[in-house]
Formats: sequence, structure tokens, C-alpha cells
Amino acid sequence: MKKQAVVINAKDNVATVVDDFPAGTILNYALGHSEGTVQLLQDTPMGHKCAICEILAGADVIKYGESIGRATANINPGEHVHVHNVESRRGRGGS
Amino acid sequence: MFTMWKVGVGAAVLEGSIWEQMKMEFLGYRRADGRVGIRNHIAIIPTSVCSSTVACNIAAQVPGVVSLANQQGCCQLGTDHEQTVRTLIGLGKNPNVAAALVIGLGCDGITVDQVAEEIAASGKLVEVVVIQEAGGTLQATAEGVHKASRIARQVAHLQREKVSVSELTLAVECGGSDFTSGLAANPAAGVAADMLTTWGGTAMLAVTTEFIGAEHILARRAKTPAIGEEILHLVGRCEERAKLVNGDLRNGQPTPRNISGGITTLEEKSLGCIYRAGHKPIQGVLPYGEAPSGKGLYVMDTPGQDIETITGLLAGGAQVAIFTTGRGTPTGSPLAPVIKVTGNARTYRMMEENIDIDASSILAGEETVDQVGQRLFEEIIKAANGHLPKAESLRHHEFGIHRISPSF
Repeated sequence: MKKQAVVINAKDNVATVVDDFPAGTILNYALGHSEGTVQLLQDTPMGHKCAICEILAGADVIKYGESIGRATANINPGEHVHVHNVESRRGRGGS
Repeated sequence: MFTMWKVGVGAAVLEGSIWEQMKMEFLGYRRADGRVGIRNHIAIIPTSVCSSTVACNIAAQVPGVVSLANQQGCCQLGTDHEQTVRTLIGLGKNPNVAAALVIGLGCDGITVDQVAEEIAASGKLVEVVVIQEAGGTLQATAEGVHKASRIARQVAHLQREKVSVSELTLAVECGGSDFTSGLAANPAAGVAADMLTTWGGTAMLAVTTEFIGAEHILARRAKTPAIGEEILHLVGRCEERAKLVNGDLRNGQPTPRNISGGITTLEEKSLGCIYRAGHKPIQGVLPYGEAPSGKGLYVMDTPGQDIETITGLLAGGAQVAIFTTGRGTPTGSPLAPVIKVTGNARTYRMMEENIDIDASSILAGEETVDQVGQRLFEEIIKAANGHLPKAESLRHHEFGIHRISPSF
């Protein structure tokens, strides 16, 4: 089956989608040797991320097995994870 | 003995047979200093921009000769001048170079003798031509063609011999990236680099601007705390240089275009880049154009500009480069094979004539990162044995030496 999303490291709490998917899509992703599914809560464009588990406000958003920033709100599984709910710990975002 | 080999972070297990057959060897040119080249070029090295046209004229007339289109070498001061000298010498000493012809104008800031003597110290045949002494463009070109063709006759008979892959130094570069780079091409390149360093070879990660935001993670991977500190200093100095021209490399990143493509933070952008040379401990930090003193993974201080980065890595002794790209790029090098890999299926379709490896199979779920990394490693060995990657077969000879200050 064509892959819909990539989880690059087993520690990650986000998946990156490899195509444009509408809200409601049941997304399959591979995590190590197992597979997981999550239902997208919003339209998620190619290259964007969704949470694959609950991420509490203040917790690290993990991709590549490392923190890519801090959640600024509680994030539900399947929710679009981007600049509206993540803040860098290392530099300000673009204007 | 090679029935199982683990690579990367909990990654590939490579089955033995093909590796046993290959015995981790390739056919290369052993040079007088013991280093091994995978090409047998005669390099025409202009010490400044003023002798670059004569260098090109000579290269056009003699087989096996490449000219390095140096645009620097005049009116440079201090560390900027030293960097250009170091780079020219490093390129001449690169083991892909069998012999060198150094061309000067005569009043350049860098003399032909200074460059030629250092290159000759590696045991290579080196000749010089000085335009003002030869009597002008035509006579310098004629003298250069005489000398280069004599060298060509001498080096043409050099034979390849079997050597260990541990003799290879791999440059890993990334350019024209998109969201697929961090998910497919870069991780696959990292697997290939890990395979090479596991077999005793050397890999070089570069582009300091891409470390910003993940420098703390790179520093953690340093072999010693002092090397980790050097990585942090490297990034700090790079950011200071940007401020001198009223630029800011940290704020304003990721760019609006990155954000619309799905990159959320600077950390995410940089993390997508820094694993492309593998996951091994960092053995040292190199100034631009300097060769590593040992084996394993090294970091070189280079700019975001692809051509200047590759030039610096080759001056540091790399014989072969992997170039990961998202949007596609044709660039190569006069001295080394540059192997292109993309994770973007559309880019591969659009620019197949420039790109060697299609890694989009990772995103399609048809191949794993480790499988593509293994293919990439095989491509490196093929290139080392003489196979021409596309940039080389299309004669892409982009060249540029990085500047750290303006001309004076």
C-alpha cells in the first residue's frame, strides 16, 4: 500500500504526510516495524505534520527523535501540528 | 565474516553475499603520498582570476586536463587570503589529481611557486607558467599546452589498483532542498555515509548555516567536549558574520516558503539536514578547505552556497560527493564525481538527466531508508571504480572558492 505518512524516528510524536489529505482521512503510517493509524482532524497539505498521539501544552514536539519545539496548546492525535501550535526553542519563526 | 552488518541508529542489517563479493575494495590510483585517487586528472590551477582564461585555454587543448575557474586570489587580506591559498593547495593535493600545472599572472597576491611547492611536496609532478614572463596570453597558453601535454603523456599510463574502501573520503552536500530532503534523500545519504565510516572511511558534513538551530545536537555528537564547543563556536561566528552585513541567519528562519511547505521551526529544518553524513561521533571540526587528520566523520565550516561547499570539501581531500536535492540541481565538479539523489518523484521525472538516484521510493513505501542508503553506497563504489555519475558525464565543472571578506 502506498505510504501516506512518514514517522522518521520511533520517539517521534508527529508524522509527516506525503500527499494532500482532507480532514477525516484515516492516515496509515509506519513506525519501525509496526503500523499505526490516526484520523486527520484538519485538511493537511503534503509535507505538513499531524500529531500521532496527544501532545500537552508545553511538551516537546518530537521529530527525528529530537525536539523541534514546544507545543503552545494541547494538541490532539490527528491534529495539524505547525506554527499555530508550536514554538521554536532556538529561534523565532519567519515573518 | 560480513554476514551481518548493522548500520545507523537501529537501522539496516545488510545480508552478506554482495559485500563478501565486493570485499569492500575498489580500483583506485595510489599516489606518492599514499592517498588514493578515483580519477586521474591533470589540474590546471590559476592562482588568481587573472590567469583563469589562460588556464581554460590550456585545458581545452589537452586530454585529461581540467581547469579550476578560480575567481579569487587578488586583493585578499589576512585569513581570507590564507583560505584561498589553502584551498588551491588542497585542490592540487586532492588524490583525484595526478599532476598539476599552476598558472599565475606574475603580480598576483598568490605566487605560483608558493602553490606549486606545497603541491609538489605531496610527491606530485607540478609545473608552472607565468603569463607576464611567458610573453602574454598566446605564449603562456602555448607554454602551458606544451607542459600539460607532456604531463598527460606521463600520467596516462598510471594504472588503477585494488584498495580498501577505507581510502575513500565522502563529501555530503545538500542543495535545493524541499520537505522530501529531510525525510528521504538526507537520511539515505546518512546510511551510506555510516556504511563508509563503519568500513574505516571518512565522511565530511558541511554547510554551517544548516547547523543553526540544531547545533546543540551536533555538539552532543562530538567525540570530545572541546570538539562540541568548536561546533557551537562555528555557528556563533557564522551568525556574527551575517550580522556584519545586516543579515540574520536565525530569526526569519524557517522562511515563509519553508513554512508553507510544512517546516515549522528552525530546529526541524536543521535536523532534516544534519544526519545526511550519518550518525557517527564527530571526530573534528575543519576550517574551509582543510583535510581531516584521521578517519570517521568530520565537520567542515562551509557556506550555504553549494559550489563553494563542494570546492572546500574537495580541497579537504574528498574524492567523491553525494549531493541530495529536493528541487533538483545539475551541478558537478571539475575534480570529482558528484552523485545526485532526490526524494521527490516529480523532480526525478523532471530532471532525470541530472539525477542519479531516485529515493522517492522511501516516501512511496516501496523501499526503506536503509535500502536506498545501501544503493547509494553501491553507487559511491561504482563511481570510485570509474563509473561516471550524470553531472560528470555532462561535464558539469562548477567551481568556486568561498570568501570570508570583501576584496580590498
